[in-house]
Amino acid sequence: MTINPEVSEINTSYEYGWSNPERYAVKAPKGLSREVVEMISKAKDEPQWMLDFRLKALDIFYSKPMPTWGADLSGLDLDEIYYYIKPEGMNARSWDDVPDDVKKTFERLGIPEAERAALAGVGAQYESEMVYHNLKEEWEKLGVVFLSIEDGLRQYPDLFREHFATIIPPEDNKFAAINSAVWSGGSFVYVPKGVKVDIPLQTYFRINAESSGQFERTLIIVDEGAQAHYIEGCTAPAYNSDSFHSGVIEIVVKEGARFRYSTIQNWSHNVYNLVTQRAAVYGNGVMEWVDGNLGSKVTMKYPACYLLEEGARGEVLSIAMAGRGQHQDAGAKIVHFAPYTSGTIVSKSISKDSGRSSYRGLVKIYEGARGSKTNVECDALLLDEEARTDTYPYIEIEEKDASVGHEATVSKINDEQILYLQSRGLSEDEAAGLIVRGFIEPIAKELPLEYAVELNRLIELEMEGSVG
Amino acid sequence: MTNQPHQLEIRNLHASVGDQPILKGINLTVPRGELHAVMGPNGNGKSTLAKVIVGDPEYTVTEGEVLVDGVNILEMEPDERARLGVFLAFQYPVEIPGVTIANFLRLAMQARKAEGEEVSFTEFYGKLQSALKTLEWDESIVERYLNEGFSGGEKKRNEILQMLMLDPNYIIMDETDSGLDVDALKIVARGVNSMRGPNLGGLIITHYQRLLDYIVPDKVHIIVDGRVVQSGGPELAKKLDTEGYDWVKQLAVAGA
Repeated sequence: MTINPEVSEINTSYEYGWSNPERYAVKAPKGLSREVVEMISKAKDEPQWMLDFRLKALDIFYSKPMPTWGADLSGLDLDEIYYYIKPEGMNARSWDDVPDDVKKTFERLGIPEAERAALAGVGAQYESEMVYHNLKEEWEKLGVVFLSIEDGLRQYPDLFREHFATIIPPEDNKFAAINSAVWSGGSFVYVPKGVKVDIPLQTYFRINAESSGQFERTLIIVDEGAQAHYIEGCTAPAYNSDSFHSGVIEIVVKEGARFRYSTIQNWSHNVYNLVTQRAAVYGNGVMEWVDGNLGSKVTMKYPACYLLEEGARGEVLSIAMAGRGQHQDAGAKIVHFAPYTSGTIVSKSISKDSGRSSYRGLVKIYEGARGSKTNVECDALLLDEEARTDTYPYIEIEEKDASVGHEATVSKINDEQILYLQSRGLSEDEAAGLIVRGFIEPIAKELPLEYAVELNRLIELEMEGSVG
Repeated sequence: MTNQPHQLEIRNLHASVGDQPILKGINLTVPRGELHAVMGPNGNGKSTLAKVIVGDPEYTVTEGEVLVDGVNILEMEPDERARLGVFLAFQYPVEIPGVTIANFLRLAMQARKAEGEEVSFTEFYGKLQSALKTLEWDESIVERYLNEGFSGGEKKRNEILQMLMLDPNYIIMDETDSGLDVDALKIVARGVNSMRGPNLGGLIITHYQRLLDYIVPDKVHIIVDGRVVQSGGPELAKKLDTEGYDWVKQLAVAGA
């Protein structure tokens, strides 16, 4: 595993970099193998079809080359990763039943407090397993299901199997394949027809052990006319060796339903974050991804909306911030399969020091998807001369009666803006921070207030001492 | 510093952009309680003077001092100068997308508070109401992003709004009248006049007499080729208005 001498320096401003001593019920040996996959399946007491699925996915993983079209992954040594770590005490419904050090971790992250104040349900994953999952009773009564993915498979086997891996099959890409082989943890959500969950559900992911991999798998089904908002957050300790996070998020938005999935990704700067997220959107349904990528060493993530029936709509709002040693290769995919479908992509990136942000997006309109349109806007802000940004827009249009708009801007923090704000009494750092906050405001205002505040706070933390 | 005079004093100020000297020894003293007009032909250093006082890093001071209540501010960051009570109404206010005027005003007010002290809602809102009333502006304006998409007149009015909210001791108005119609000019002048009193000093930089019909200066200084070539009362501005700038240019040649 490459040891990056800069990592410890970067992480001086990373406030979630502490860790607990490692005490685990099960820790698979290092590296990926058929035995490890079988061990995971056995630990979960899975049906045969799932073990078969995992083993097939493992073969697919081996058969696919590492992708070289995006971020540099040469530092990621897959043989040095622990693929499965099962913490002691699992999937409690009360924080009292969560082991002390794990509970303290989530308390330091403010999760139980947020749950009491403003959330419909909370899940917490520590290493490979969900250690806590709870849905408030009022939502349970309405038939909302919010479980760990393992409990989803056990309690709703038919609904699970009907949708699992149909939106992101293991063949999709090498990291979807590895996730399919070793997945563990994540959420299973079902929102029944017409039920509107008006406060968010949240799951929080924490990696604790060094050199570990987290491969959560989330399946969300939003039935006809239903509505919900799901938020995920994530952090990890700052280690000198790299960790690996590769989740797969599959979402089904049925006719007339509306769903928003928000991520504030704040992994420590030693995490490779290679995630596949995709929603299948049916007639007049609306899917919105709000994607904030602040942490990690390398992120490759392109939330996708497959617009499958007339009137379906997809939106991706994404913010990326790349500091020293970070590459955020983030973007979106909107694929129009049906007539009169529409999409919006708004991507904003901030790069500083030697950080690099790339927008990589695909808009595809298949023949027959007449009257469809997508607008793409990507704006990059560079904070200094060393920072770098690139735009890779892929547009494929097979239908004559369709339109795609693409606008891209690159700007620098301008000295006149800094002077103007300073002349009103703000320090240079405050001025730069305010300009950056203004830059991301169109996306921050889409988040619930407390998350917008958190997002701004994290950006301010990253900004400290970055000007002047 | 309690024994120091309450005045803005500019002593033998020389400044340049790159290798180009622009200010060549400005001397000016404005006590609190007085507003002085600074006039002169374009390109002779009026705006440079404003930028140097506020601390624009584009300009290099090569000699001289700028004293605020006896303290030389030339080594200070622009924000420290602002906190001493210096306020520049910019000739071309920049746009800051995504930052609402309300949020910005609150932060700017907060920056003037001592550690641990907060701008209270009543303080903020009370001041805002009164400032908006003076400027005949609807409250909804403060939810707009700072100067973004503003007309020239709105930008200038927004400068005066900030001035009213931040209670400066010394104002520098850099050609605030340029691009304003008469109605907007009157509103801007009303804002400034509402602040006049024994605690406010400042410089009104302008090319034309017409702003000075509404903000009557206590003194008028004329800058040509980086120096003050003539000082006098408000009648000096009227003379410029009727006779133009040719005769003062002669003064500069004579003085050089």
